Amino acid sequence: MDFLFEPWPWYMAGTFIAIIMFSLIYFGENFGLSNNLRTICSAIGGGKYSDFFKIDWKKQKWNLILIIGTIIGGFLASTFLNNQQPIQLNPKTISSLQDLGFQEPGKHYLPHELFNISSHFSFKKLFILIMSGFFVGFGARYAGGCTSGHAISGLSHLQVPSLIAVIGFFIGGLIMTHIFIPIIF
Amino acid sequence: MQYLKFLILGLLLGIVMTKAEIISWFRIYEMFRFESFHMYGVIGTAIILGIILMQFTLKKQIRDITGKPIIIHSKNMSISRYLIGGIIFGLGWALSGACPGPMFILLGTGYSSVLLVILGAILGTFVYGIMRNKLPH
Repeated sequence: MDFLFEPWPWYMAGTFIAIIMFSLIYFGENFGLSNNLRTICSAIGGGKYSDFFKIDWKKQKWNLILIIGTIIGGFLASTFLNNQQPIQLNPKTISSLQDLGFQEPGKHYLPHELFNISSHFSFKKLFILIMSGFFVGFGARYAGGCTSGHAISGLSHLQVPSLIAVIGFFIGGLIMTHIFIPIIF
Repeated sequence: MQYLKFLILGLLLGIVMTKAEIISWFRIYEMFRFESFHMYGVIGTAIILGIILMQFTLKKQIRDITGKPIIIHSKNMSISRYLIGGIIFGLGWALSGACPGPMFILLGTGYSSVLLVILGAILGTFVYGIMRNKLPH
């Protein structure tokens, strides 16, 4: 049972994700997690401001339940299946992060330099966290999907638009990682 | 009870994404620096297995649980929409280290600050909804 506590290998994760995607299709739905953001906008009254949110959001209830499941899954895995070992990152990744001033890269899931705002508050962190989320939400809806909808489902369905979107994800990601992150931190 | 299956699938997804470290900001940073095969392995395995499952399903004309035949809905073709939207998404993904699934899973692992990322994502979706008629699609 030791393997449960070790980090799980990529082929296991990829296999599970494909099975989950296929199960959703079998249940008559689709794998697309960013749709939840639109559902939330619609549920809190976004329809008053844009027809884009005038949807029968209750039809997306299954997706909100799915996301609640993932939150519980994250809690269970990090609480009961955690061996407290740092993430085995490439030493080159670690040294590049240390050069940018990040302490202990890989010790936690997230860098505390950005995500620990309770003990080390700054408006810069607050701004970065909200803005990065804003780009994710805006971009996902503009492109009509995110990693689950385009990269996993779309490419599995051999959709050219999804390939274009994934190329876009990488252009944006590479610009952020190689140009902006060294400037921001 | 009809929703129980989705709760279980979500539970499984949350555990897998946490255990395989897909929710980690560091893994995304490492991926965009091409310094690890891990994330490419995860996404690649899911896509290849997904293609096999879908092709098998289409060939055998398998029906879903409601009895409807499973078909692929083709997405409308456009370059600007997918490319520009994709680039904006990628900028946010690399900075926050979280796409719309992991940002919720991270809440479960105890990072309350990701609520700000989620809030930003809802706001971004909302602003897109208001602006969409002015954007090239």
